[in-house]
Amino acid sequence: MNATLLLAELAYWQQTGIRVGIGLASVLLVAGALVYMHLFKAVSFMQSRLGPMEAGPYGSLQLLAEVGKHIQKEDIFPRNADRFVFAAAPFVVLASTFLLVVVVPAGPDALFINSELGIYLGLAVSSVSVLGILMAGWGSSNKYSLLGGLRATGQLIAYELPLILAVVGVVIQAGTMNMADIVYAQANGEIFGFGALGNPYILTQGVAFVIFLIAMQAELAQAPFDMPVAESELVTGYMTEYSGMRFLMFFIGEFATAGVFAAVASVLFLGGWYVPGIAPDADIMNVLGPLVMLVKIVVLTFLIFWTRFTMPRFREDQLQRLAWKFLIPLALANIVVTGVLKVTF
Amino acid sequence: MSDFLRSYLTVGIFGLAGVALVATFLGLGRIFRPTNPTPQKLTTYESGVDPTGDMWSQTNIRYYVFALLFVMFDVEAVFIFPWAMRLESYGMFGLIEMAIFIYILLLGLLYAWRKGMLRWV
Repeated sequence: MNATLLLAELAYWQQTGIRVGIGLASVLLVAGALVYMHLFKAVSFMQSRLGPMEAGPYGSLQLLAEVGKHIQKEDIFPRNADRFVFAAAPFVVLASTFLLVVVVPAGPDALFINSELGIYLGLAVSSVSVLGILMAGWGSSNKYSLLGGLRATGQLIAYELPLILAVVGVVIQAGTMNMADIVYAQANGEIFGFGALGNPYILTQGVAFVIFLIAMQAELAQAPFDMPVAESELVTGYMTEYSGMRFLMFFIGEFATAGVFAAVASVLFLGGWYVPGIAPDADIMNVLGPLVMLVKIVVLTFLIFWTRFTMPRFREDQLQRLAWKFLIPLALANIVVTGVLKVTF
Repeated sequence: MSDFLRSYLTVGIFGLAGVALVATFLGLGRIFRPTNPTPQKLTTYESGVDPTGDMWSQTNIRYYVFALLFVMFDVEAVFIFPWAMRLESYGMFGLIEMAIFIYILLLGLLYAWRKGMLRWV
């Protein structure tokens, strides 16, 4: 409550300043934590090696060392590149991540905006990153980049649809698009009259959850959906011509987006900041909520990176077939079944 | 300004914050990094050999076809969301309406499927 009062007394621009600061810090910290935990450590253990051990205790400062390395690297603009498009692409990619994080609530008052459009807005702005990737692929004036950019675009728009349609099931159940209200709907829900656990939609929308996870994996271009950056074919796809800090921006963007998408998924399907036993609108949840969210984000992203490091890559035709001939009809069926159940019960 | 518009202002500010973050990182890099462009360094990377032909080359038409299909389904999502939100008050009427709508869309997908548009050749 104190936090609410404190925020309410501030002027709009002061509140927004604080929110932007918290938003930037949380996105970057979560992205850094994910890089360390999953990319550096989890994958190393899967491959029977230790991973980075030198920088800091157990290599925990490795990421800072990497940033320090990239910051000293020369900034190369290829001679043939479309300079403006080439330079603007990383901005677009990272801006889309920060547009997406706006809709994620982490507690009853710990949220950036309380919009009725919530998830709808989130799905809309999440597609902006496609534009950045296409710009990177086109602006580089490189055959690998162009192919990578086109593959990325084809893949992202194909998996955008299952992603959107999977969310519809949740919206039907919750009856709202407001992210915070979706959390309350899950916390106050009950399964066949048993309400102690609430009703995290992973239980009743299991199909939608699986579709959402698969589509998320594809949206993040992680293996088995890593056609756009297929290392053995396209070097690094649309990032081929980028070096130094500009490359690092794409790298940060990848993990930041993974964290934000996982946060969205945890709000939609895992009950967001809610844990059974504590009322979701209690004041303490403003402090505990972000921590609960962090745990859920780490679990979800671990699933993503576990899959990434275990599965071989899809071919382009298999990839499109999975989206159009399986996931989209399945998601539509899920909408119809959810709608029928909602109206009849 | 109303709360509704203000929340959009917040969204815009977050977008600008993302841009500012990238600008800060790149600006920091400007202090530390060397600048030594040589003609070889600025050539397009093509696995070490000299690049040949036009870099903006022709590509598969399939990407365009899928983009068109995407537009069809994306517009549909715009209609489905408001319906999904208010389904409880629409009841059976809304359900049947949407069933017809989705059926027509599925016909479209099925048509593209039968025409071989979903096959990557």
